[in-house]
Amino acid sequence: MYAQMIKSEATQDDPEKLAAFQARIDAGEKIEPKDWMPVGYRKTLIRQIGQHAHSEIVGQLPEGNWITRAPTLERKAILLAKVQDEAGHGLYLYCAAETLGVSRDEMTEMLLDGRMKYSSIFNYPTLTWADMGAVGWLVDGAAIMNQVPLQRTSFGPYSRAMIRVCKEESFHQRQGYDIMMKMAQGTPEQKAMAQNALNRFWYPSLMMFGPSDKDSVHSAQSMAWKIKMNTNDELRQKFVDQTVPQAEYLGLTVPDDTLTWNEEKGGYDFAEPDWDEFFEVIQGNGPCNTERLAARNKAWDDGKWVRDGLLAHAEKRSIRKVAAE
Amino acid sequence: MSSPNSAYPDTPDTQTKPKRHEWPLWEVFIRGQHGMSHRHVGSLHAPDEEMAIKNARDVYTRRNEGVSIWVVEARHIAASSPSEKGPLYEPSESKVYRHPTFFDIPEEVGAM
Repeated sequence: MYAQMIKSEATQDDPEKLAAFQARIDAGEKIEPKDWMPVGYRKTLIRQIGQHAHSEIVGQLPEGNWITRAPTLERKAILLAKVQDEAGHGLYLYCAAETLGVSRDEMTEMLLDGRMKYSSIFNYPTLTWADMGAVGWLVDGAAIMNQVPLQRTSFGPYSRAMIRVCKEESFHQRQGYDIMMKMAQGTPEQKAMAQNALNRFWYPSLMMFGPSDKDSVHSAQSMAWKIKMNTNDELRQKFVDQTVPQAEYLGLTVPDDTLTWNEEKGGYDFAEPDWDEFFEVIQGNGPCNTERLAARNKAWDDGKWVRDGLLAHAEKRSIRKVAAE
Repeated sequence: MSSPNSAYPDTPDTQTKPKRHEWPLWEVFIRGQHGMSHRHVGSLHAPDEEMAIKNARDVYTRRNEGVSIWVVEARHIAASSPSEKGPLYEPSESKVYRHPTFFDIPEEVGAM
């Protein structure tokens, strides 16, 4: 999940309007940008879609790290296409958020000065080529788990962005698994590298779904508004159930001694990730938080002359055009 | 971009926020391969129309989604308001005879 710990806002709207709004959502209607909506719905969505967009953008960094070091030209071209997709997904999401009355640059500034967050997962380093496999397989796999139900979310522009993203996302997971298969069937060293990547990315991937439901204080309102479709624990369980057999096929071991099939619930019992670590990463103390934000800040600052220059050029041309008419 | 009939909402802080100096927003329309009309696919930021088309190509046609792109600056779009829904669309609800299924044609007549 690319949006974690989204605080939902209590609102003091007209009770009659609130009831009518909730009735529309319960009836499965889509809410569109110019429709009346509670202040809290707007604010929560800006926060959630913004964080989702930022995650796509920051998510380019761990993978960008390996573009120049991909083992073959084909792998390089594929990774490049994947990273380009992530930029695209970020842009679809920014434009969905913009229909709520916030600008993309405004959201970017909030990311850069720490007022807005991105997913905790991107604060972990990508140390070997096998990490490209693990990221595609696990991280994109977890993202899909969250994004598929969000295609039915109540806010029209968000739902449409999710539909586009989902169409493109399964390529990402499959290319990751393809890398893992190749590594797992390779030399003992390559297989060990794949196992090591799984070991490092397993628990951070489980954290992507956010804290356990019993500690998740903002779920109820967001679920009533249909901007959150499943609880964190539901999605995490689904992810584990789907991923364990895939790891078995690879001949890799999920780094969890307690992992057992529970016939009664029809799913696996598994160990919770270390939530203290999760909160540390969210607070900015993960292994790569500083590096990631510094890279985004540098790109923004270094790009300023381009943004300003192109804007000045466009203004000059439009003045000339007016003068010529 | 927020005028009373723009496609974007007026939010409580629209009036109070200072105007930002940033690339304008463009709405993007793409015509697919199979003879359908241009369809709205989303928006993006660009300094001018030339860059808007280039960006639209990168953002919205990475998988052969289209053979033609239109872009228009978002502030030039006029939109109907949700509060006009009733007067605009309700009149057609009672005119069921506009649909071919309103008329029963005997089977003997054949396809029509």
